[in-house]
Amino acid sequence: MSVLAIETLNVTFSTEAGPLHALKDVSFTVPERRIVGIVGESGCGKSTLINAILGLLADNGRVTGGRILFEDGNDLVGLDPTAMRALRGLRISTVFQDPMGALNPVISVGRQMVNIQYRSGLSKSAKLARATEMLELVRIPDARAALRRYPHQFSGGMKQRIAIAMALMMEPALLIADEPTTALDATLEVATIELLKDLQRKIGCSVLFISHHLGVIAELCDEVVVMYAGEVVERGDVRQIFHQPKHPYTMRLLECDPARQTERTRNLPTIPGEIPDLRARPRGCVFAPRCTLAEAICAAPQVERDIGRGHRVRCVKAVSPAEAEA
Amino acid sequence: MNDATILSVRDVEVAFPAGGLLSRQAILGVAGVSLGISRGETFALVGESGSGKTTLARAINGLQTISAGEITFEGQRIDTLGKSAMKPLRQRMSMMFQDPVGSLSPRMTVGDLVTEPFRIHGAQGRNLKAETKRLLSLVGLPPDFAGRFPHQLSGGQARRVGVARAIALEPALIIADEPTAGLDVSVQGEVLNLLNDLRERLGLAMLIITHNLHVVHHVADRVAVMYLGRFVETGTTEDVFDAPAHPYTAALLSANPEPDPDRAHDRIALPAEVPSLLRRPSGCEFHTRCPWVQDRCRTEAPAPADIGGRRVACHFPLAPGARPPAHRKEPA
Repeated sequence: MSVLAIETLNVTFSTEAGPLHALKDVSFTVPERRIVGIVGESGCGKSTLINAILGLLADNGRVTGGRILFEDGNDLVGLDPTAMRALRGLRISTVFQDPMGALNPVISVGRQMVNIQYRSGLSKSAKLARATEMLELVRIPDARAALRRYPHQFSGGMKQRIAIAMALMMEPALLIADEPTTALDATLEVATIELLKDLQRKIGCSVLFISHHLGVIAELCDEVVVMYAGEVVERGDVRQIFHQPKHPYTMRLLECDPARQTERTRNLPTIPGEIPDLRARPRGCVFAPRCTLAEAICAAPQVERDIGRGHRVRCVKAVSPAEAEA
Repeated sequence: MNDATILSVRDVEVAFPAGGLLSRQAILGVAGVSLGISRGETFALVGESGSGKTTLARAINGLQTISAGEITFEGQRIDTLGKSAMKPLRQRMSMMFQDPVGSLSPRMTVGDLVTEPFRIHGAQGRNLKAETKRLLSLVGLPPDFAGRFPHQLSGGQARRVGVARAIALEPALIIADEPTAGLDVSVQGEVLNLLNDLRERLGLAMLIITHNLHVVHHVADRVAVMYLGRFVETGTTEDVFDAPAHPYTAALLSANPEPDPDRAHDRIALPAEVPSLLRRPSGCEFHTRCPWVQDRCRTEAPAPADIGGRRVACHFPLAPGARPPAHRKEPA
């Protein structure tokens, strides 16, 4: 059973210079009780994808094809705003990079945590008890007193933990976390990842985790989806992606991580070139213009293939372990 | 200090008023730090957010007055200089701010942006067109970028424009605050390679502020680890990374997430609570989070001491590969 199934999703923005095809045939699933990571560089369509799921695309953006199936096969594409509003915050919740985006600076934390339970039907004291319990769960010391404090009285790491507590308070089926640890330093980043893992298990929700930090993805996620220029180029379980990447883009991306360079070097690897103009997508492989392994065959449209045990690659040159042996 | 030293910071403190208008209370954002940077050297400041890295950088650049200590740049004491006396020095010392796109005015073209330093510092008689071309080529951007606006640039390209502005007046020192924050890994490498290349070609000294330890490892000659406004450990990057002597450095290094799902994590766990600068802990200020804490640490502040070529502020510096005492491995 999957909580979220995205099927050949296409999103187009109309711009002055013509239609911009931001997401092209994006497919992947988020199974129940799993953490799925999305990696990719700026401009690869991560934010567009989240906005499409939440029904928050900008006015000039439109889903031009595909389905977004949530829980019992409820298609979120074209869902009316009232029905969508009933899902957001209750069944699907979000955590973003900047916790202050989720917290009101002039209302105490406790009051905000009570307010967001307005649909729960609980009594005020039960709501307060629930808020205290959630703060304890995210390890805010002296939770009862913390409820009376205002967001600015907490450190950055604590504010992010409070935002997580608020996102998980209604026990959603899916938590979408968009770069939630990017603004934190290493010790707090690790603490936040561990906390998320722990809460995910306790609450039994699924998580869609977006980050450009490969180390965080490797540590937290069960499955990984690699995006490039609005397409899913490779997906599989975390070990397949990090130990046997098959798409040239994934391979190059992993090589570029300074963390992979164990030897000290003053010359770090890069991927020369730029993401193609999404108003004029190449007909063939979208990565071919920057790919060192590209051949004539790459000019033809690429299809996603399963090369074994759910490891899917959109590259004609990727070979499965069995093919490699033959 | 030797002849090659271009920047020297001695016992610098920065105090901020706290607790309202009439209160005499102050917090020390930077609480007595010393460092020296030589020509051609890259010095990195690391530490968590709020540890005072950016405040120290602003103090060096004269954007923040200091409450104690002294700062010398190219042999001249600069912390006592007024605004107008400081201005010509900014040609020799340039600053790259965080947020590559946000630090560029959205209404100026790339060409105007990279030559703005000349206009501010009155470098008359320069052929600005030729300068634009030269600077863009130095940072690896095509000449036709001169007509673009910041919103037409990617994060990496915007960062390159920031670098071009920083090197325009041929400074001796560049202060770069989180030069790669928010950039993708492939672009991060490009920017760091560019900075390294320029440092070699132009003989620049660099002060890099970052919380990305992998970045430090690849670019810095020396590193200082900051905690609550003080340096807890300073040394060559190799020494500090190979065998951290201060428990905070060791924890920071062990916390770095690695891009490998099967890596065994032998982490030094720290309680996540960072003390408030308003209520600094007694004794060693790291004792509230230190897994190796002993009684002496709670009452007596350690003086920084030279240990094997580096400076460490700890009563009980770690032996290489030290592990926290077993009973404290999982602090509550």
